[in-house]
This record gives sequence, C-alpha cells and structure tokens, in this order.
Amino acid sequence: MSQLLIVAAEEMENPLVPPVPELVIGLIAFVIVFGFLAWKLLPNINKVLEQRREAIEGGIEKAEAAQTEAQSVLEQYKAQLAEARHEAARLRQEAQEQGATLITEMRAEGQRQREEIVAAGHAQIEADRKAAASALRQDVGKLATELAGKLVGESLEDHARQSRVIDRFLDELEEKAEAGR
Amino acid sequence: MSADPTQVLAFETDCHIFDGCGFPAPGLHSFLFEPLWGDADSNVYFNKTMLLALLGSIVIVGFFWAAFRKPQVVPGKLQMVAEAGYDFIRRGVVYETIGKKEGEKYVPLIVSLFFFIWMMNLWSIIPVAQFPVTAIIAYPAVLALIVYVLWVSLTFKRHGFVGFFKNVTGYDKSLGAVLPLAMLIEFFSNLLVRPFTHAVRLFANMFAGHTLLLLFTIASWYLLNGIGIAYAGVSFIMTVVMTAFELFIQALQAYVFVLLTCTYIQGALAEHH
Repeated sequence: MSQLLIVAAEEMENPLVPPVPELVIGLIAFVIVFGFLAWKLLPNINKVLEQRREAIEGGIEKAEAAQTEAQSVLEQYKAQLAEARHEAARLRQEAQEQGATLITEMRAEGQRQREEIVAAGHAQIEADRKAAASALRQDVGKLATELAGKLVGESLEDHARQSRVIDRFLDELEEKAEAGR
Repeated sequence: MSADPTQVLAFETDCHIFDGCGFPAPGLHSFLFEPLWGDADSNVYFNKTMLLALLGSIVIVGFFWAAFRKPQVVPGKLQMVAEAGYDFIRRGVVYETIGKKEGEKYVPLIVSLFFFIWMMNLWSIIPVAQFPVTAIIAYPAVLALIVYVLWVSLTFKRHGFVGFFKNVTGYDKSLGAVLPLAMLIEFFSNLLVRPFTHAVRLFANMFAGHTLLLLFTIASWYLLNGIGIAYAGVSFIMTVVMTAFELFIQALQAYVFVLLTCTYIQGALAEHH
C-alpha cells in the first residue's frame, strides 16, 4: 500500500503549480461576487446608509431647533412675567401714592371744614352774645331805672345822664368780670 | 483498499488498527479530485473544487442580494447582519489602512475579496463539501494576481516610471552605501516574492488546516478497534476542537489577506518613502 502511495505521490503535480482550469473558474467565481457587489448591492446599501445618516442628523438638527425655540419662548415668557411683575409693582406704588395724597387732601379738607364750622359757630356765638349783651344792657338799664324811679319816687327823666350812669355801672361790672377771670 | 489511493476516503475502507492494515495517512492525494465532468488530461474538466467555488459565489451573492437588494433605512435582521460585515471591512480594514478619502474606491473590491475568501475557506467545515477551496493554490493565486496587477498599475499611475521604480525598491538616499543592496532586496521582496507569499499564506493555512482535520478524522475511524477505541475518542475530540479552531483560522486568514491587500494599495498610493 505504501508503495502505491509513493507511486501516486510521484505522479501528482506540485501543489504549488496552479492548474489552468481552476485558475479560470476561480477568476469567474470571484468576478461573479465582485460584479454583483460592486454593480448593485454595495451602491444600494451605501445609499441607504447615507439616507440613514441624514435622517439621524436631520433628527438631531430638528431637536436642536426645537430646543432653541423652546429656550427663546421660555425667555420671552420670563421677560413678560418680569414685566408684568414690574407693572403690578408700579401700579401698587401709584395706588399707594394716590391713596396717600387723597387721604392728605381729605384730611386738609376736613380740617378746613372743621375750622369753617368752628369759626361760624364762634361768630354766631359772638353775635348772639353781643345781641344778648345789648338786650341785657337795655333791660338792666330799664329795670334799674324803673327800680330807682320807684325808689326815688320820681321818674328819672334825664336820659343822657341816666344812660351814662348805667353805662358806667355796667362797665364796672365788666371790668370786675374781666379781673375775676 | 482500492487500487487507486487518491480516490479512497478512510471511512470508505474497513481499515482499522490491529487489522493488519496501515494507517491511511492524508497527503497530497487528499487534495486531488477526479473530474466530475471532462478529462483531467485535456484541461477541460469540472471537479469538486470548481463546483464549490461557483456554489460559494452563488451563496455570497444570494446572501447579499437578499440583504441589500431593497435595503431599508431601518434595517431588518438579515440586513443588519450583512451591514455589520460590510461595515467591519469598510471601516475596520479599508478606512483604517488606506483612509476614507482614498479608500472609498477600493471598498467593493476589498469587501468582495473578504467574503469570497471566507466562504471558500468555510467550505472546509460545511458537511458534505468539507473541502476548503483555497487549499488549491489556483484560487488564492488568482486573487493574489488581481491584487498584484492592481498594485502595479496603481503604482505606475501614481508615480510614473521612475517613481514606480523608487517605490518598489524603497529608494532612500540616507541609506548611503547599503542603498544598492537594500534596493535589490526590496525589489525582489516587493515585486517577485510578495505576490507569491500573499497567495501561499492563505493556501498553506487552509492546506494545513484541512490536513489536520483529515488526520484526526481518519484516525478516529482507523483507531476504532479493540483498545484503540479509547484513542479514537481522543482523536474525535481533537477533530471537534480542530474544527472550531479552523472556523477561527478561516475568518482570520480572509482578514489577513484583505488587510495585506489594503496595505499594498496604501503603499502604492503613498508618496514614496
């Protein structure tokens, strides 16, 4: 058997010498693979990979745009809120000031009115007092004259004198009242 | 035992240990196939490796056709797997070595080379086929030849005649007196030895791998007698282990082949060093 093997091996060609038909078939087999891949299949997938890349990048861009918009809207909103707060504070301040001036005005008005009323009352009282004083003076004079007349028994005709006496009396009374105060 | 040892597989015989029959060791004859059609002497024939080569092409084209014929932006499972493979070669090999700008043109070639070689290697462990097409020198040779022609023409186109010579010989003035010797060595290494080693590296790996698998498979059968059964078990376990190892080597060798291809192309495109 080993004899047979040796004989067979001697008959065999060098394994490093390629047989031509196998070279040809090998070339054909590879060209089939290369042809299909290079002609259609790899360009196909490249297109799709590119589309996918664009889709992903587009998505990222969209998200970024949305974020920027949201940010600007937020800032706008914040600004509006701050403005509103400011406005409200201003209004409150104004109202306070207005209220304060109103109160001062009203207070002044009330004061004025009070003073007017008081003054009017004083004037009235003074007038009344004067009227009462003059009426009293006349009555006192008359009564005193009558009384004196009755006491004396004669009418005191001399008016001029009479009135001077009474006046003097009354003035003395007043002076006493002034001093007693 | 049949008269023609080239046509006998170990398990086709009743040859076992202690039966007074020698170990039918695998050898060169394990890599020869009677033509399925035609005559081996006339150079017009069709054998198992040719069938496997063409079938392998159909498998690859079929796979990528199914995956990439109508690709979706949101990929299905098959497309995702194919994309992962495609992307691995494109990004991990071509862009890494040649660069994105210059390398884009060569992506289809490199991707085709990788998957073609991988498929041809894979036949080694696919039941019924069980023969790596690349263990026949013709197949690696034709691929290495394509790369060689591309490399030479690219170098010419990029650098012109003098530039080509400088590129191939690694012309570098700073070497001084050693320059002629260095140029001679570089010339032989780049122009004559390199395509040979490029093809033989793949061929020899697959050849050796297949021989190892054959050895343990045949031994498992051959030892299946008497006390030998224990050893047959060991041999069978080795067959399984070596099959797993081959699975790794097949992908690795395909990767190495395309990686070297890329470095050759890169060297052709680069300014001479």
